[in-house]
Amino acid sequence: MLDAVFFYTFALMTLTGAVLTITRKSAVHSAIWLIVSLLGVAGLYLLQQAEFLFAVQIVLYIGGIMVLFLFVIMLVNLDEAAKQRQFNNQRWIALGCAVIVGAEILYVLAKGTASLSLPAPAAAPAAGGNTEQIAVSLFRDYLLPFEAASLLLLAAIVGSVIMAKRRA
Amino acid sequence: MPLANFIPTADDYLRYLPEIILTVVGVVIMFLEAVGGERRKPALGWLAGAGLLAAIWGSVVALGVGGTGFQNMVIVDGFATFFRILVLVIGLLTIVSSTQYLDREKANAGEFHALLLFSIAGQCVMASANELIMVFIGLEISSIASYILAGYLRDDRRNNESALKYFLLGSFATAFLLYGVAWVYGLTGSTNLAEVRRVLMTPESAPNLVLMGTAAALMFVGFAFKVSAAPFQVWAPDVYQGAPAPVSAFMSTGPKAAAFAVFLRVFITAFGPIATRWEPFVWGSAIATMIVGNFAALTQTNIKRLLAYSSIAHAGYVLVAVTAHSEIGTAAAMFYLAAYAFMQIGAFAVVTWFSRQGEKFVNVDDLAGLGERQPMVAAMLTIFLLSLIGVPLTGGFFGKFYIFRAALDSNLVWLTVIGLLNSAVAAYYYLRLIVVMYMKEPGAATENIGPVSAGLRVAILGSALATLVLGIFPSLVLDFAGRSAALVK
Repeated sequence: MLDAVFFYTFALMTLTGAVLTITRKSAVHSAIWLIVSLLGVAGLYLLQQAEFLFAVQIVLYIGGIMVLFLFVIMLVNLDEAAKQRQFNNQRWIALGCAVIVGAEILYVLAKGTASLSLPAPAAAPAAGGNTEQIAVSLFRDYLLPFEAASLLLLAAIVGSVIMAKRRA
Repeated sequence: MPLANFIPTADDYLRYLPEIILTVVGVVIMFLEAVGGERRKPALGWLAGAGLLAAIWGSVVALGVGGTGFQNMVIVDGFATFFRILVLVIGLLTIVSSTQYLDREKANAGEFHALLLFSIAGQCVMASANELIMVFIGLEISSIASYILAGYLRDDRRNNESALKYFLLGSFATAFLLYGVAWVYGLTGSTNLAEVRRVLMTPESAPNLVLMGTAAALMFVGFAFKVSAAPFQVWAPDVYQGAPAPVSAFMSTGPKAAAFAVFLRVFITAFGPIATRWEPFVWGSAIATMIVGNFAALTQTNIKRLLAYSSIAHAGYVLVAVTAHSEIGTAAAMFYLAAYAFMQIGAFAVVTWFSRQGEKFVNVDDLAGLGERQPMVAAMLTIFLLSLIGVPLTGGFFGKFYIFRAALDSNLVWLTVIGLLNSAVAAYYYLRLIVVMYMKEPGAATENIGPVSAGLRVAILGSALATLVLGIFPSLVLDFAGRSAALVK
């Protein structure tokens, strides 16, 4: 019972934060709502007894990456961006499409959930918690995607430098 | 757990050799660009080319080891090797056709080559992915590098438009793909392609078909976008028209071939057991793609835009082969993508040369009299266009022939009929280019046109040769495609 209360609280936090992140006009407000959303996710990790992920979520995302976000937002010229129109006339069509897709997915979920067989809950992690299990899956099972993702980031960094460097 | 469990075996590294080579060479190029100074600039193109050749060798070595590596993350079979070598050859042709272009537009060569190699590395990852996570990461590496390449001439407004549209719509489509991956994982408990197949085959554990179908549909949206299949094709004309011509050639062949590789592997290996469910949707998409591509191309006046619509139509033909979901269908798709790559790159190489600085001359009418002023280049372009139509003795003919034969084998009679009718419509707009080249009086655009630079000459002649060889000796490639079309199940 208490688990359910916590779960729905954190889930609500995550979703509200996410919706407000994309609808706020000011980029700083968006960033702050993103923190709320990420905090909700951290809470969900804690409910799953993934203490390590919880800590990483707080330290890395809310601590490190959010500060970077705020730095970048403050470096670029925000006043100019806030004056620009944030939505164009196609937003109603987009909203209609989003509602239709959402309804479709809800319908499919309603139809299929009854037959969804959830596996039995995983056994409580052994001594050392699930931190060790994360190490095994990250550095052994998923070592290659973990490393390949660094190439993805490298390409993105090089790309952003090319796009942002001063005009010749 | 002992440390040794965490260290991959030497064979694992060999299976991943092409990607390792491409990444290392790409990083070295960026480093040399920073310390090398102006003088060394031409060397970077050579280095990138050497890297690609080394990676082709690496693919052959990887095939010698074969099998799955890195805890089932990659699978090296004939299918993966075919697509790895295909995208690497596409990369080589792109490099030779872009050297002079970069000089002409005064663009920086170092990052261009590095990004090109990264993009190709991503496509190699896609070709050999045996796991949805690898599919996603490979797709993103390839896409992000392509977004930047599309807007590489930063001061050109058309480049900016092209890159921005490609980036926004591409990210949106990737989100659908990722959402589909999440559904698959939630329903089957695995992201490994073979494991997903096993779960779907086991009656006791098979998830609800409605949910599984939704997951497949979400992933289909992502893949259909990347191969520019209708109704997710609207971005392609704007992006290919705006991007630098050599980059358009690359984007309409390399990433597309790799996207078809993962499309085939995911839908035939993992979603094979529910093929009767997804077949009607791919069938509809194939028809829509062929019709939209061909009929929109009829009225185009810009050559790059015309080739973009033709690229959409050709994706439709390959989708016909996907719909067949048989071994000969897969082999036909592989052959078609190879044949298509050469004719498309060849045609774009001619456009690259013809358009001149700032891409001033890209209208169909500008070609007037090219047959008289530059008979050799006009003849080459004619070969590419005839191959795009599907005239015998060119690679395009056998490509279409095998695809429609595979479709008939799978009893897709209507799809074949519509495909053939579409090929007839397509003949009109390709022939129109040939008519303008040979029958019209030379105009201002063909006056004072310089000779074809050495790099472009290699690209044009190489593509023409490959197009003819595939048209006269198709078994050279088809035999290998046929042998490797049996995807691991």
